[in-house]
Amino acid sequence: MADLVWLIPAFPLFGFLTLLLLGRRFSEPLAGYFATAMVFVSWIVAVAVYFDLVAKPEEERSVTVTLFSWLPVGDLQIDMAFLADPLSITMCLFVLGIGGLIHLFAVGYMHGDPKFSKFFLYLSLFIFSMTLLVLGENLLVTFLGWEGVGTCSYLLISFWHTRESAATAGKKAFITNRVGDFGVMLAMFLAFESVGSVSYSALNGSAVAGTLSAATASAIAMLLLLGATGKSAQLPLYVWLPDAMEGPTPVSALIHAATMVTSGVYLLTRVNPIIAESAAWAPTMIAWIGVGTALFAATIAVAQNDIKKVLAYSTVSQLGYMFLAVGTGAYVAAIFHMITHAFFKALLFLGSGSVIHGMHHHQDMRHFGGLRKLMPVTSATFIVGWLAIAGVPPFSGFWSKDEILAYAYDDSKALWAVGLVTAVLTAFYMSRQVFMTFFGRYRYADALPEELQLTWNNRVREAEARVVEAEAGLASVKDEAVSSADKVEKAQEKLAQRETEMDDVDPSDDKAVEKAAKNLDKAREAVVKAQESAQESVAAIRPLQDKVETIRTEASIISVEAINGMSDETVLNDEELPASVRERREFQPRESPWQMTVPLGLLAIAAIGAGGMNLPFTKDLHFLGKWLEPSLFHNEAHLKLSGTELWVLAIIAVTGGLIGISMAVRIYLHEKTERATVELPILADAWKYDSAVTNFMGGPGRKFFDLVSWFDRTIVDGAVNGTGRLVRSVGGELRAMQSGLVRSYAALIAVGAVALIAWFLVRTTF
Amino acid sequence: MNTTFLEYVVFFVASLMMLGGAIGVILFKNPVHAALGLVLTLFGVAVQFVAQEAHFLAAVQVIVYAGAIVVLFLFVIMLLGVDRAVDLSIEPISIQRPLAAVMTVGLVGLVSAAVIKAGDAIGTLNPGLGLDVAGETTADGQNIVSNDGNIQQLARNLYNDHVLAFQLTSVLLIVAVVGTVLLTRKWPKQGAAT
Amino acid sequence: MAQTGSCDVIAAVEPTWYLIVSSLLFGIGAFGLLVRRNPLVMFMCIELMLNAANLTFVALATSLGDINGQTAVFFVMVVAAAEVVVGLGILVSILRRRPGATADDLAELKG
Repeated sequence: MADLVWLIPAFPLFGFLTLLLLGRRFSEPLAGYFATAMVFVSWIVAVAVYFDLVAKPEEERSVTVTLFSWLPVGDLQIDMAFLADPLSITMCLFVLGIGGLIHLFAVGYMHGDPKFSKFFLYLSLFIFSMTLLVLGENLLVTFLGWEGVGTCSYLLISFWHTRESAATAGKKAFITNRVGDFGVMLAMFLAFESVGSVSYSALNGSAVAGTLSAATASAIAMLLLLGATGKSAQLPLYVWLPDAMEGPTPVSALIHAATMVTSGVYLLTRVNPIIAESAAWAPTMIAWIGVGTALFAATIAVAQNDIKKVLAYSTVSQLGYMFLAVGTGAYVAAIFHMITHAFFKALLFLGSGSVIHGMHHHQDMRHFGGLRKLMPVTSATFIVGWLAIAGVPPFSGFWSKDEILAYAYDDSKALWAVGLVTAVLTAFYMSRQVFMTFFGRYRYADALPEELQLTWNNRVREAEARVVEAEAGLASVKDEAVSSADKVEKAQEKLAQRETEMDDVDPSDDKAVEKAAKNLDKAREAVVKAQESAQESVAAIRPLQDKVETIRTEASIISVEAINGMSDETVLNDEELPASVRERREFQPRESPWQMTVPLGLLAIAAIGAGGMNLPFTKDLHFLGKWLEPSLFHNEAHLKLSGTELWVLAIIAVTGGLIGISMAVRIYLHEKTERATVELPILADAWKYDSAVTNFMGGPGRKFFDLVSWFDRTIVDGAVNGTGRLVRSVGGELRAMQSGLVRSYAALIAVGAVALIAWFLVRTTF
Repeated sequence: MNTTFLEYVVFFVASLMMLGGAIGVILFKNPVHAALGLVLTLFGVAVQFVAQEAHFLAAVQVIVYAGAIVVLFLFVIMLLGVDRAVDLSIEPISIQRPLAAVMTVGLVGLVSAAVIKAGDAIGTLNPGLGLDVAGETTADGQNIVSNDGNIQQLARNLYNDHVLAFQLTSVLLIVAVVGTVLLTRKWPKQGAAT
Repeated sequence: MAQTGSCDVIAAVEPTWYLIVSSLLFGIGAFGLLVRRNPLVMFMCIELMLNAANLTFVALATSLGDINGQTAVFFVMVVAAAEVVVGLGILVSILRRRPGATADDLAELKG
């Protein structure tokens, strides 16, 4: 039955080929269910192989199945062979199990995407490559899978390639991984040169037998560490993982949480005899790189606002824990943490995917809040994942993380201290994420600062318009007053004129006297009227001025309000707010479909119960440890701590976790402390690591590359071209001999003849 | 005068004729004069042949070489009209003359040195031994009775040992003549009957 | 023929002298071939060289007592005659087209 291990990669390969040829004909959900089915069938085969191995006695639990001779080249014999032993089957089980659940989730998540079947094509290729990586019997088959998962990572990260940032992120992932792959290749070359084979049995065998020198072992271990830092996103090659969140969430869950990123840890565990044979500084380096990365990433995660970026940095941090475990010799703890991490991280990612799906692909946590009641299943499972990762007993994460910390304490107190601080930070930022997303007030319909700004600006503008209008009215009234005053003056002048006329009129002329008297009366009336109207208009000025004053004060109040009350939207009326806010107020987040919630539920159960694999209480409960023994060649470090010390360490770890949670409660749930005290900008900027790398590569790095390029062009090509030029010039010189002149040919013949005669005569005669 | 002295004088005079004629060939500007120098050389060689008792060859030398070949040369010179004198001082290839001089000196010097070094192996001249002895036995044990023993011996050698080559030379001559006729023929223009 | 006592002032003619003279003749012929430009004179120089060879053959035939040397001369003369016929034919056909051409003008092999 274990001989059927080759079926494990075969089913996903078959799925890949079928989707490659027929994918376009498959209607939307069919491609997804088909790929999911392939993965599940492969998982069932893995389960069958597992039971077969369990049935075997312990010494025989390593089964090699050789398919064909792949590269028989002189001394180098590499076969396409699979190794079914406890370590690889364990990896297969959880990779394929979680992979299948994520496939199912993706059927729901990618609903409606035009490239639906292509997504599952890439996913199938990924699962195939991952199984090759894990089941490989030699470094080259593993490397084939290694490169394959790297390629699929690129394809899947830049799945929505029309988005510039996605395409760039894909390239970044691939190139950064390539730097690591370089290390693996050199390790293979070195292995072949020293041992004569790249097969694990030969390598591990020679290390166990002691024929591998410490220097070679250290070199191979360091080179494989380089590859592992690339693939498992440790310092200094972690930069691709946060950017990889550009891909769809199922991709992030599968590749960047549960499977691909664990390949580095798997590789180092696979060659544990070599690490055991290397110099003492090599494992220490692994441990410090791991714990350093863990702390580094945890500090960054504290200040991230994208729900997926937090999880990405969290993954980097947890992988650091696994490297710490490998470095201190706690291989079982590393694998244990890998498994539990796979469960709860996949759970967290899928949960975040569900949230994103429910919130119409919004990802900023500052705009979530209060989703617990709106998406009950998602929030419940997410909370389970949160408790697991925060290290709260009895969830699985506590057991695995505690074991790692115990071994770290046994190795070096400094390692343990850094690990503990990271655990506190882990609890803190994960709680922060949960509180911001699921608890608290529902902030989604809140107006964004820009929208508030817009509305207040509108208000202020309107108020100012009113002021201008009022002032215009006042100005016109004032003009009117002035003109009526003029009119009064004119009427008075007319009156004076009429009076003089009256005086000048001849008293004997009755008609003239009558006329003059009438005019005089009219003039008097006119004066009176004019005076009245003048009085009116003057009287109108005053109230209008007052009105303008009030309007002005209103406007200034509004502008002051605008500055002070920008953040308070309750002051504004609903109609004033922009349409986007109104849309958001009408939007109602829903729970996700069954294809997404069922995997969440299953993973939650696993996250709760996976701790049972390797409970530390007695040796009998170390199921995982005993199971993995054949693969570890007795290189597992022995814990020298007593039971009491272990209890104390556990309590310290749990206390640390609770401290982290309570700090998050204080800042994010009760909002007693400003969040800006914790969310430092440098953390949000990831310690400016990315820009440093870019500047280096663009600056001195570029100069170095230009130098290399110059060397290649001028010296290497120059040598080659120079040889050509030399030949040409010599040929050109010699061509002069071909003058076509018979006599010069004759002369040359004569020269040759004389030379020959001379030679012969000298040889024979003299 | 004894035979040795006479031989010496003959040798000297004949050599003078040969070398003089040769120098004339290379130095005369007019090709006709050069042809005459060639004739002088050929006669000198013929005299040398006679001194070596190679009578037949001497006769053939005069008849074929001097009589036919040089005449052919002169015919061609006249036919082509290249009998004008050329200016010998111009030399387009500047290195040619020094190189030729050096090569010639080298060649002559080397061969002479080799010949002198090998002196004894060459033997002495024995005219008559086996070639023209009246009454004395020849090398192959046959009695040569008459004075044209040279021809007899030559003929015997030619027709017995080298008869195939002899026949082939006749083929060669025919081929040469036919070839030359074809080479120098003026073909009729196109359209005319061949 | 009895060899009476010779005047020992001068040595007997050695075949070596013949060989040296013929090498001189050969050298002169080679020099002329390299230096002269007129095709016909070059041909004559070739004839000189052939004659030198003939002289060598005969001298050695006489000194070594072997008639094959003279047979060789016979053949050389036949071949020389054939060669002159063909060579002059070629020269005629070339010089007919290009009268006054010298060896330097016939440079079609120029590369």
